[in-house]
Amino acid sequence: MKRAMGIILTGGKNNRLKELSVERSIAAIPFGGKYRAIDFTLSNMVNSGIVNVGVLTQYSIRSLIDHLGSGKEWDLDRKNEGLRIFPPYLSEFGNGWYKGSADAIYNNMTFLERSDEEFVVIANGYAIYNMDYTPMLEQHVDKDADITIACRALDDLTENDKKTLGIVEIDEDSRIVDFKEKPLNPTGSLGSMGVYIMKRKFLIELMQDSAAKGYTDLVMDIIIRSIDSMRIYAYIFKGYWRPLNSIQLYYRANMDLLDPRVRRELLMDRRKIYTKVKDEAPAKYNEEADVKNSIIADGCIIEGKVENSVLNRGVRVMKGVHIKNSILMQGTTVEEGAQLNYCILDKGVTITAGKTLIGDQEWPLIVGKKITV
Amino acid sequence: MARKEIIALILAGGQGSRLGVLTHNIAKPAVLYGGKYRIIDFTLSNCINSNIDTVGVLTQYQPLKLHSHIGIGKPWDLDRMNGGLTILTPYQRFEKGEWYSGTADAVLQNINYVEEISPKYVLILSGDHIYKMNYSEMLEFHKKKNADATISVIDVPYEEASRYGIMNITDSNKIFEFEEKPQKPKSTLASMGIYIFNWSILKEYLMRDHEDPNSEHDFGKNIIPAMLNDGKNLYAYQFTGYWRDVGTIQAFWESNMNLIDRIPEFNMYDPYWKIYTPNPVYPAHFIGETGKVTKSIIAEGCMIYGTVRNSVIFPGVTVQEGAVIQDSIIMSDAFIGHNAEINCSIIGEGSVIGNHVRCGVGEFAENLYNPKVYNTNITVIGSNTVIPNGTTIGRNVVIDNFVIPQDFTTSEIPSGGYLMKGGNGQ
Repeated sequence: MKRAMGIILTGGKNNRLKELSVERSIAAIPFGGKYRAIDFTLSNMVNSGIVNVGVLTQYSIRSLIDHLGSGKEWDLDRKNEGLRIFPPYLSEFGNGWYKGSADAIYNNMTFLERSDEEFVVIANGYAIYNMDYTPMLEQHVDKDADITIACRALDDLTENDKKTLGIVEIDEDSRIVDFKEKPLNPTGSLGSMGVYIMKRKFLIELMQDSAAKGYTDLVMDIIIRSIDSMRIYAYIFKGYWRPLNSIQLYYRANMDLLDPRVRRELLMDRRKIYTKVKDEAPAKYNEEADVKNSIIADGCIIEGKVENSVLNRGVRVMKGVHIKNSILMQGTTVEEGAQLNYCILDKGVTITAGKTLIGDQEWPLIVGKKITV
Repeated sequence: MARKEIIALILAGGQGSRLGVLTHNIAKPAVLYGGKYRIIDFTLSNCINSNIDTVGVLTQYQPLKLHSHIGIGKPWDLDRMNGGLTILTPYQRFEKGEWYSGTADAVLQNINYVEEISPKYVLILSGDHIYKMNYSEMLEFHKKKNADATISVIDVPYEEASRYGIMNITDSNKIFEFEEKPQKPKSTLASMGIYIFNWSILKEYLMRDHEDPNSEHDFGKNIIPAMLNDGKNLYAYQFTGYWRDVGTIQAFWESNMNLIDRIPEFNMYDPYWKIYTPNPVYPAHFIGETGKVTKSIIAEGCMIYGTVRNSVIFPGVTVQEGAVIQDSIIMSDAFIGHNAEINCSIIGEGSVIGNHVRCGVGEFAENLYNPKVYNTNITVIGSNTVIPNGTTIGRNVVIDNFVIPQDFTTSEIPSGGYLMKGGNGQ
């Protein structure tokens, strides 16, 4: 699919992920033992044959830039094309901070103009899914649409989840007839996945026109206002998909990986999910280890009990520890005898000996980066 | 090319014939080790961790896997504009092509590679050993002693000393005598096959050795004795850490098992001395509801539904429910069926062990195929081999690579038996 280029939106300022997104863009949040959220969208693009990818980013970008590097893990360190990161910049015309997704694209118009692919796939970088964009592009061409939006049935999401999404209605031809962004009382059974396909030239014109009108947001200002005037179609995706829009969604998506079907679809598919390599030694289990139904990454050293949990790289679990239903990010240490249930420990957290931390399934207890409890 | 102070040449052409089926199709440096590595990773990581950024890897025996593993040296950050990693294979010259006939000959045939960089020092390494060593400290020692050559040595137990090249040294570490596999060793300082030479001197000795028809063209047997004869300044640099030549099945198995000790003598978890390798694209591993893992190493991409004790499990291995793995090494992408019982065995890459297979059962018996190679309690199953459901396999058995179920004429291979392609199972 050299026919399309990719743009990844990494999201505005968002405190729905609470402490976890204070110091990092949501796209850079650790997920599933060794990944960061953006790995999914980026790998999807690469696996769909897209090799010209721009990442538009502005909030807490350090961790994201560290993670992406030159793009070599995604095979995007290329002479031509490859991966480019576009943070906001000041110039005679540019006005610094991106005011929204459309403004971010408009401010990097040169990237669009200098590319020569016919189509653009725009996708957010904080959803967990394994998707081939090629059939979506084919449908876009077949329907002769102006914009195609990937949509998904919402039957496996909660009412609260739906309030964080764009809810769409379609006619029998899949044309979108109604789009409500983050409605308070969501009705309708389809949600926008935040993945859009359009012609590159169409996008350029659209952005120029929108900028002239002072529009800054792709969904609120452009798509919703153009439902009638443009041919906007839905492409229905049937696979697993979770946007990391809330702590609950983040927690559940991690726990979903313990389900072999989800793990197989997301991570063991022939469309592989690539991520930055850390060169950790394989995980080591000592005599006292007792691990059930859990995901354990490289570099972990385990001497305690772990159930229904996801342990990222380099976690230390000492003797007498009992961890249940929790997510432990890279480099956390749980000392002798500590008990955790329904917790999310951010990177570098230390739980000292004998502490007990208990959260709730709906409101897991979050311990922020590098805190010692 | 900009001049470098020191370059490394890694001798990686050896077969490692005492590793049996493990090295039938791949060179010894490419044999899997430690849950995700190949043996050569340790030497390559030592180079980059010692700030040596120009490395020639000399290959010869079954190089395909080794070459694809090393590639252009990216995992070790050795893909450089200036220097970096170069694979040096035997090649044809004007009149004729020649294989590398010995370690010294291998370097001699690549004189042009070294000359182009024109380093002051050359570090000669073997791609066969498991250890972590800072070569820059050895270089400092070499410079301080104003040596012509420095040989790294390790203290070995007296009873093993006669298996090694032994250095006899003065109080100032100067070597005055070298004995290859002495009957009655005078010291216990064994050569580790790691040498730093001043290039100008080494070059002279290599050329001279090349002209000698009686020479075996070996560093230990010819070059070092010749230099000693001429009264050159040879020094022994004493290394004290973990070092293993995992050249036999027993040594290979033991060294892997060392890694699962509570505090292993060889620490792979040191953030300041990482061991690099091409990382497979696998998710973190999964331990199922029925899984139980103790005193083991488990790599990425594994799915463990059975019991694993005292074992080293490489990436992408599946262990089905009811299976029990004990004291074993299971290499990448192997599949262990339901209720299989694996005891004291090495299972090669990509092999499939059927349901209810029992492997490594019974008492030791002498191996009928090659007792020189297979002479321990360990059963070895090659790579990409399929063991049919319900097969019973004894101890000290060897089963070839690429064996298919049709190759089995019996459902029981007793201790000491074998199944080699073209041979008879029994």
